Amino acid sequence: MNARTLKRIAIQAAALAAAALVVWFLAHNTLANLEARRIASGFGFLQREAGFEIGESFFLRYSASDTYLRALAVGVTNTLGVAAIGIVLATVLGAAIGLARLSANLLLRSVAGAYVEFVRNTPLLVQLFFWYALITEILPHPRAALEPLPGVFLSNRGFVFPTLTSTPVLEGFNFAGGMALSPEFAALLLGLVVYTAAFIAEIVRAGVLSVSRAQWDAGHAIGLTRRQALRYVVMPQALRVIVPPMASQYLNLTKNSSLAVAIGFPDLVSIANTTINQTGQAIEGVAIIMAVYLTISLSISAFMNWYNARIMLK
Amino acid sequence: MSWLRRNLFSSWPSSLATLLVLLLAWRLLPPLVDWAFLQAVWAPDSKACRAAQGACWGFIAEKHRFILFGTYPFEQHWRPALATLLLIALWGVSLVRAFWSWRLGAVWLAGLAAIGVLMWGGVFGLPFVENERWGGLILTLLLTTFGLAAAFPLSILVALGRRSDLPAVRALCVVYIELIRGVPLISLLFMASVMLPLFLPAGVTIDKLLRAQIALILFAAAYLAEVVRGGLQAIPRSQYEAAAAIGLGYWGQMGYVILPQALRIAVPPLVNTFIGFFKDTSLVLIIGLFDLLSTIKVSLTDPAWTGFGIEAYVFASLVYFAFCFVLSRYSRRFEVKPSPAHAAERLA
Repeated sequence: MNARTLKRIAIQAAALAAAALVVWFLAHNTLANLEARRIASGFGFLQREAGFEIGESFFLRYSASDTYLRALAVGVTNTLGVAAIGIVLATVLGAAIGLARLSANLLLRSVAGAYVEFVRNTPLLVQLFFWYALITEILPHPRAALEPLPGVFLSNRGFVFPTLTSTPVLEGFNFAGGMALSPEFAALLLGLVVYTAAFIAEIVRAGVLSVSRAQWDAGHAIGLTRRQALRYVVMPQALRVIVPPMASQYLNLTKNSSLAVAIGFPDLVSIANTTINQTGQAIEGVAIIMAVYLTISLSISAFMNWYNARIMLK
Repeated sequence: MSWLRRNLFSSWPSSLATLLVLLLAWRLLPPLVDWAFLQAVWAPDSKACRAAQGACWGFIAEKHRFILFGTYPFEQHWRPALATLLLIALWGVSLVRAFWSWRLGAVWLAGLAAIGVLMWGGVFGLPFVENERWGGLILTLLLTTFGLAAAFPLSILVALGRRSDLPAVRALCVVYIELIRGVPLISLLFMASVMLPLFLPAGVTIDKLLRAQIALILFAAAYLAEVVRGGLQAIPRSQYEAAAAIGLGYWGQMGYVILPQALRIAVPPLVNTFIGFFKDTSLVLIIGLFDLLSTIKVSLTDPAWTGFGIEAYVFASLVYFAFCFVLSRYSRRFEVKPSPAHAAERLA
């Protein structure tokens, strides 16, 4: 063993020891503090009755007499629901705006450019508050709801859409039937989609620009129109540049959905926060939030890696 | 005429798009201008605001002191005002490339010391103001400044660690980066506000502002580290070998040869990350700190002024936009120009 190897081992041992010391120090203090405050640690509280209502739940039935575990599960499904819908809509809107920024039409290009500049340079939280204020302050109450399309009603109590089986009708002070979106959900979805679409637009634009001009010309030379050249020649190549940063935008959207807590949509963070306030189980609560988001993050990046490998040049 | 043809009516779909945009503008712009300017109320008079059809900018006029300075003692508002200007000036000076030298660090230290004296007081006859009462724009700017100032050196170390050939060091850095980037900032802020007190030995307390600042630093460092790593990866291998060949040790190689080049390449994405971080400081509202967005939101709870949320948030977005837009324009100047070969290819 020469001096160099010894030095390498010494440095690594020191780094690991320092990390272990920090972890031990924090854990030791935490245990002592929990002891002093008589807080029982562990996940036993999950089986206790939650006792709080949740405004809306998409997939799971829930009532205040259910357990904390069930409440948190509702939070997870709400988070996943809003993230999944948001990702689809943001991709569509973002791709459209990204392509509009490359349009030969000056007006379309400038409008798309202004959208991207403004949206990217203001905080998402401000935009969420703005959409929420817009829905609750500007829209009329349900009795005077706007009806932009037959059966679709916009009011300060949320949006109502007809479904295949039922159409919404006004009953008393609110609508019954159809599919209803609360103002909180509508504001959160709108905010996430509008914000993320601006970032996706820039990625799509950069992806298309990364394909060399000669590829367009080659497409035209074999008689393709501009649209066909984009569809069959340029896009397949641009996708390879677009997919990796897109994955991180999807991750961002999912993580940003946690801002729901600020406007009162019951996502995972919001429900976990209520749970922490009621039970005092701060460590467990924050650990659950982090574990769930880490799982989601790792799943999305695994899926995007798989997709990325599929569209790579073989 | 030919200009119009080329830019607005080059084909049927293009003409259709032009007409559609014009139609939308014709339908939307007049009511918008009407609301924002013609029918708007500018005087701080909530009765007039409620009666009017247009926007109520009087809300901003009435609340601007609280929005900008939070609960800082009213007759002392000149102090945070001066501190805000000083901080903006420091940032402005730092953006000029000609000033990039070690002397800039000294200027920053002096500037921050002056800001500390102004904000805290307690000397030179200035009454002491505890930092629980700081708020508004200066708090947003301070959280950003100190967050970046502490996170940037940390991020360089972490990025070097992630590229290190020592497996244990690399693993620690990877775990740190992926752990922080895998969870939302809000969960880190919750952790700082509810869990940090449990982490510390009995009797040691840290105030809420500092706790949030620590979470923000750890958060920013993980994201900045990935940007720095991108810069490090762009440096050709020959540079590392050349640095080793002239007999420099590891820190010499990094400090004199690799980092100066890597950081230069990374300026545009670094500035973009700075912008993102500046926007993200608004999340401290959720754990109850009085940053700019928070003071605006609290102003809306005044019974005389409820229901003017749209005006309030339009104002908030304009303030954030002013800062972010300047920075993003600035970062664009550093983007690598297409090389002549690339340009020739695009012309061909």
